[in-house]
Amino acid sequence: MASTDELLYTEEHNLVRKMAYDFTRNEVMPIIAEHDRKHTFPFELLPKMAQLGFLGICLPARYGGAGMDFLSLGIVSEALEYGDSSVRETVAVHLALHALPIFQWGTEEQKESFLPGLASGDHIACFGLTEPGAGSDVAAIQSRAMRQGEEYVLTGEKMWITLADVADRFLVFAKTQPDQGARGISAFILERGWQGLTTGTLEGKMGVRASNTGWINMQDVRVPACHRLGEEGEGFKIAMSCLDNARFGVAAGSVGIIRACIDESVKYALQRRTFGKPIAEHQLVQQMIAHMQQDLDIGELLVWKAGTLKNRGVRNTRETSMAKWFCTEAARRAADNAVQVHGAYGYSDEYNVERHLRNTKSAVIYEGTSQIHTLMQAAYTLGMREDRPLRCPMPAYDPDTWQ
Amino acid sequence: MNVAVLIKQTPDTAELPKVTVDEAESGELQATMVINPWDEFAVEEAIDLSDRFGCETVAISLGRADETDALKHALAMGVDSAVHVDEDVIDGGDEWATAEALAAAVRKVGGGEDVELVLAGKMSVDGNSGVIYAGVACKLDWDLLVNVTRIVDIVDGKLIAEQAFEGGQETVEVPLPVVISVAKEINEPRYPSFMGIRKASRATIPTWGRDHLEIDASRTTRWNDLSKPEPEEVQVHIFDGATVEEKAAQLADALMAEKVI
Repeated sequence: MASTDELLYTEEHNLVRKMAYDFTRNEVMPIIAEHDRKHTFPFELLPKMAQLGFLGICLPARYGGAGMDFLSLGIVSEALEYGDSSVRETVAVHLALHALPIFQWGTEEQKESFLPGLASGDHIACFGLTEPGAGSDVAAIQSRAMRQGEEYVLTGEKMWITLADVADRFLVFAKTQPDQGARGISAFILERGWQGLTTGTLEGKMGVRASNTGWINMQDVRVPACHRLGEEGEGFKIAMSCLDNARFGVAAGSVGIIRACIDESVKYALQRRTFGKPIAEHQLVQQMIAHMQQDLDIGELLVWKAGTLKNRGVRNTRETSMAKWFCTEAARRAADNAVQVHGAYGYSDEYNVERHLRNTKSAVIYEGTSQIHTLMQAAYTLGMREDRPLRCPMPAYDPDTWQ
Repeated sequence: MNVAVLIKQTPDTAELPKVTVDEAESGELQATMVINPWDEFAVEEAIDLSDRFGCETVAISLGRADETDALKHALAMGVDSAVHVDEDVIDGGDEWATAEALAAAVRKVGGGEDVELVLAGKMSVDGNSGVIYAGVACKLDWDLLVNVTRIVDIVDGKLIAEQAFEGGQETVEVPLPVVISVAKEINEPRYPSFMGIRKASRATIPTWGRDHLEIDASRTTRWNDLSKPEPEEVQVHIFDGATVEEKAAQLADALMAEKVI
């Protein structure tokens, strides 16, 4: 029977899949458990990922990118998270939450100025939206941006920012018109080294310990007006469109976690014997593995659907939200079941499934909690939500001009 | 100078244990098929030689009609072209027949400019014979170097290489043409680039059958039976001891008692 890979993906995609999984197995998996244990960031992977083009995979070649499509981004995200969530997060934040928004919303000058350095990995970038008092309620952010001549002066604090202490480029959101709620938010590209900009690392995370999570503090940071992304007041729309990009990677990555949980559980269940036979022959173990496979099959299709819409340049907020919501919850279930299949061994960090379980808890919180996605899907179905056309939609993938 | 690299499509090593005897006998393997890992070193060396000496590189693989994934992988890594040899040409033959077919393909790909160097991995992870490249050298009537860990230079029609053998290493000089099997110490295979992947996915790989290759696929061996080894019963003994030294002494005694050391 033909596999999903054969049915839905091209030969080019499947060559990307082999390359990305080889990279994960050879480069990520041998080192990541130790980084997770020590809460350290795998800096050694950044130049390798940059060299292979992961950091600019779906940016056109004229901006230094690899010129691949969005399905390829999904495949690489899946493969990286097969190894560990933290590595996939790096690509998601750097590319989907920083470089792609510039590609979508930036002026030609901004694209030519910022994108090549991001695609090459010369600059590592992050995304600063969440604040100590504003997560899902984006309109409640307190950061301020005051226009002074040809500059803005930014003040405020961002929290739970992936790569905050690693990045040297920051896409941050601040209110230029505080009295206008979500319509008063604007987006800015900041650079490390600017006076008043400081970052730090947050400690004590439950999962994604090999990723850097931190804070950004802005004390009267002077930002040239040419570093504003989009129009004044367009920040909320930009932020939401960024989430369409990043949630896709999260969903695809979660498929990688489910696949990893299946592979590890099948291997263990066929080896481990209880009551005179492999535990794979116990029906309740089979049930857990069957549920993982069910979730994998559904998740693959949802990711493919969202990625295909992106390739076609079709607005995909609903489909990407659905993929993110389902796949992250499915990955959490799969990791939970995988630990259960492994028994007491699964509860120790001797096996990867323990790390996957801790990691999956974060994925049902970031990029929109499962509750937010539940409300979004209900609103779409009830006819209470409709996505209006954006001033700057994400361009459709065009191999003739992207490569 | 042209360089030919011989590659084989083999089951992913992670899936080898799942391959059944019936599948192996019929050739209808359910496992994911990939480039033989040992052959990746040969492909990498061919690409490196291309960079160093400006030679053209071609990957050649003998296999079933639709088995071109390994060749696509080699193209994605950076070889210039690829040729698939339909295994029907050897009519179920053995390693000797395989060598005959591959040697004929090497002669044919030479075209206007002869291939002067053939690279191969040291063995395949499925067949494990490790003799195909020797057979190819014999059929071509070329010199053979095995277990090469470094190609030092190609100059004045000669190839200088370092070759590992048990307990040592030697530097040798051989006249071209030559067949070389490479050891894994020779290089670190690169990952395919996105540009290489695009090129590979668009490439049309010619398949050569009996109409293209004139060979007498004589064979001397046939499989009469095929079976998987029975799993070994493994006994685990954990040594109790107050100190590491005490445990080590117990381990040494046990190994000597079993005549392991």
